[in-house]
Amino acid sequence: MTDILPFLKALISVSGLSGFETSVARIIEEKWSPLLDEVSFSRVGSLHGLKKGSGTAPRPAVMLAAHMDAIGLRVSKITEGFLHITNIGGIDIRVLPGAEVSVHATGSGEELPGVIAMPPADLLPKSAGDGVIGINYLLVDIGLTPRAVERKIRVGDLISFANAPMVLAGDVISGHSLDNRASIAALTVCLEELQDKQHVWDVWAAATVQEETTYLGAYSSAFALRPQIAIAVDGTFAKGPGANGWQTHQMGNGVGLCVGPNMHPFLHRKLKELAEKLEIAWFLDVTPAHSGTDAFPMQITAEGIPTALVEFPFRYMHTPVEMISVKDVYRAGRLLAEFVTSLEADFVDTIVWE
Amino acid sequence: MPGFGKTQLRLLERLCNVVAVSGDEGQVREIVLEEIEPYADEVKVDALGNVLATCLGRGRRRMRVMLDAHMDEIGFMIVAEDGEGIYRFEAVGGIDPRHLVGKQVLVGRENMPGVIGARPIHLMSSEERTKKLPIDALRIDLGPAGKAKVGDRAGFATRFRRAGPSIFSKSIDDRIGVATLIELVKHAPPNIDLCAAFTVQEEIGLRGAKVAAHYFNPDLAIAIDSTPARDLPVFDGGENMTYNTKLGLGPAIYIADGSTLHDPRLVRLLRETAEAEKIPYQLRQPGGGGTDSGAIQRSLAGVPTVSVSVPHRYTHSPVSISRVDDWKNTLNLLQAALKRITTSLITVR
Repeated sequence: MTDILPFLKALISVSGLSGFETSVARIIEEKWSPLLDEVSFSRVGSLHGLKKGSGTAPRPAVMLAAHMDAIGLRVSKITEGFLHITNIGGIDIRVLPGAEVSVHATGSGEELPGVIAMPPADLLPKSAGDGVIGINYLLVDIGLTPRAVERKIRVGDLISFANAPMVLAGDVISGHSLDNRASIAALTVCLEELQDKQHVWDVWAAATVQEETTYLGAYSSAFALRPQIAIAVDGTFAKGPGANGWQTHQMGNGVGLCVGPNMHPFLHRKLKELAEKLEIAWFLDVTPAHSGTDAFPMQITAEGIPTALVEFPFRYMHTPVEMISVKDVYRAGRLLAEFVTSLEADFVDTIVWE
Repeated sequence: MPGFGKTQLRLLERLCNVVAVSGDEGQVREIVLEEIEPYADEVKVDALGNVLATCLGRGRRRMRVMLDAHMDEIGFMIVAEDGEGIYRFEAVGGIDPRHLVGKQVLVGRENMPGVIGARPIHLMSSEERTKKLPIDALRIDLGPAGKAKVGDRAGFATRFRRAGPSIFSKSIDDRIGVATLIELVKHAPPNIDLCAAFTVQEEIGLRGAKVAAHYFNPDLAIAIDSTPARDLPVFDGGENMTYNTKLGLGPAIYIADGSTLHDPRLVRLLRETAEAEKIPYQLRQPGGGGTDSGAIQRSLAGVPTVSVSVPHRYTHSPVSISRVDDWKNTLNLLQAALKRITTSLITVR
């Protein structure tokens, strides 16, 4: 098994915000191409990779989906060389003051370093108080003169987090956009494992776009590829500071297998049985209504697709210092590969509602 | 006049990238000692950890001029262990906790990487989301195998970088003063005895400067620091009346702050020097805040003192911004002003 850490670091060192995934898509395309029989882009920018099965055509197909887009910001207005901002996806505004960012300047084609400024209280309305300052009052400073800013920056330009990945003690990595680039890494582990394994089914690996905003990628890719079953890979909540409720799970202790209305119970049971047979550490995660992942759009695509959700726990979700255990990435990748390998030609016919 | 370019910027980068929280200034002290030892006539590290260096002049009737820059920065101390690499911490110096969530830090002399975490926003009530998180709701997370000691210091992990006319870095306050003072030691003018104080614990009460002034017993003193530029737009488009200083207008000369009425003779020296040498400068808006000058001025039988600062935006936060030209002009102004110092400067008329 190759070391996935350098690839994961590369994935979280680029922007690839929702709707603008090209920078990260290129890195994934380069990594996946040698592992797959065909690689192409969907009409809306999702990356589709096919690894053909050994069964006789027409073969059933399983779609493994992880979204590659990230949350971020964009320029809404320019005042005296300072950039006003608005969000792309669900930004936790508490993390913004003092955060290092990159501004993708369309006027000059450069990627410019910046910092998110929280203006002093004197310059804000009294109502802003000393609580969390709203995103409409925060500014981005790129250290250039107002004239240079006017020349380089346009309203709508993208702003992404710019902090470098940090490897921490105990097989843990932290950085921005691990949600969901860590799952892209897990799919990559799966594809590497499949290189010397026999599988009857076709496998579609999909790096989807715009999960954080509209689920556009998963809706459109599931429709285009029309797999017999689909598995989404995404993050769930890890136990950690201030996080100890039923939604949270121990980081580094295994893969989450999710139950709830977005997931077909039969697929869940199969994944669970396989994890137990192979002694891959796993835990049960529950989502009472909406999983908030690509599992939802894939499930309701076309005439409906049986869908499962494989997860691993994140600390500090939707901050620039998201944290995961690298062990969990390998576990998820291995479980997916073993599941694909286990699929027999008639598996679809065995899927039942109890 | 000394040159200004890559060498100076590299020195500043090195100084900014190490962590030296008040009371634990060792990493900066090491660089300072290495840089100045070949140039000073006498160097000592005192009881508090100040680096005190003297460069003797050559003329007769030389003034003893104390130049001060503080080595310490704001940061954190680890105060308790929660287990599994997670630690409670307390602020050292004035820090707005709203700058902390989701930032990377370096912990202890080993510079162990860590992050400042809090409850994820998805698991908060909508009411909780609008409230400022106090420091006791935050933790430093070193990863499950991370091991810090209670008492370890931690600082922001931000790396120094250049962008256009600007510098982006943590602790520009006051590594830019330290770098300036190192340059002045390397090019000490012969008309004075230059007494360089690289001080400790400025951010928690000007403690190092107090004992440094006592040791040097100077005729006059200049504190070299970095002061906030609050030159941002006002939310409603109104005029910013409380900018303190502005980036790009040159060194900020102090007239009065929260702890010092700066000596008018020294203020005049700096202004006249700047005008004669055509060096841009600005007067910091009189008001609160303070520098080591507050402690030095009240030392011994009183020391005529002034402050000059390189402006920076976003004080005591993970990333501050300064202009390279403001720094260059500050260094040039000080270099030129020192040459003009004579015994008549502080004669009371």
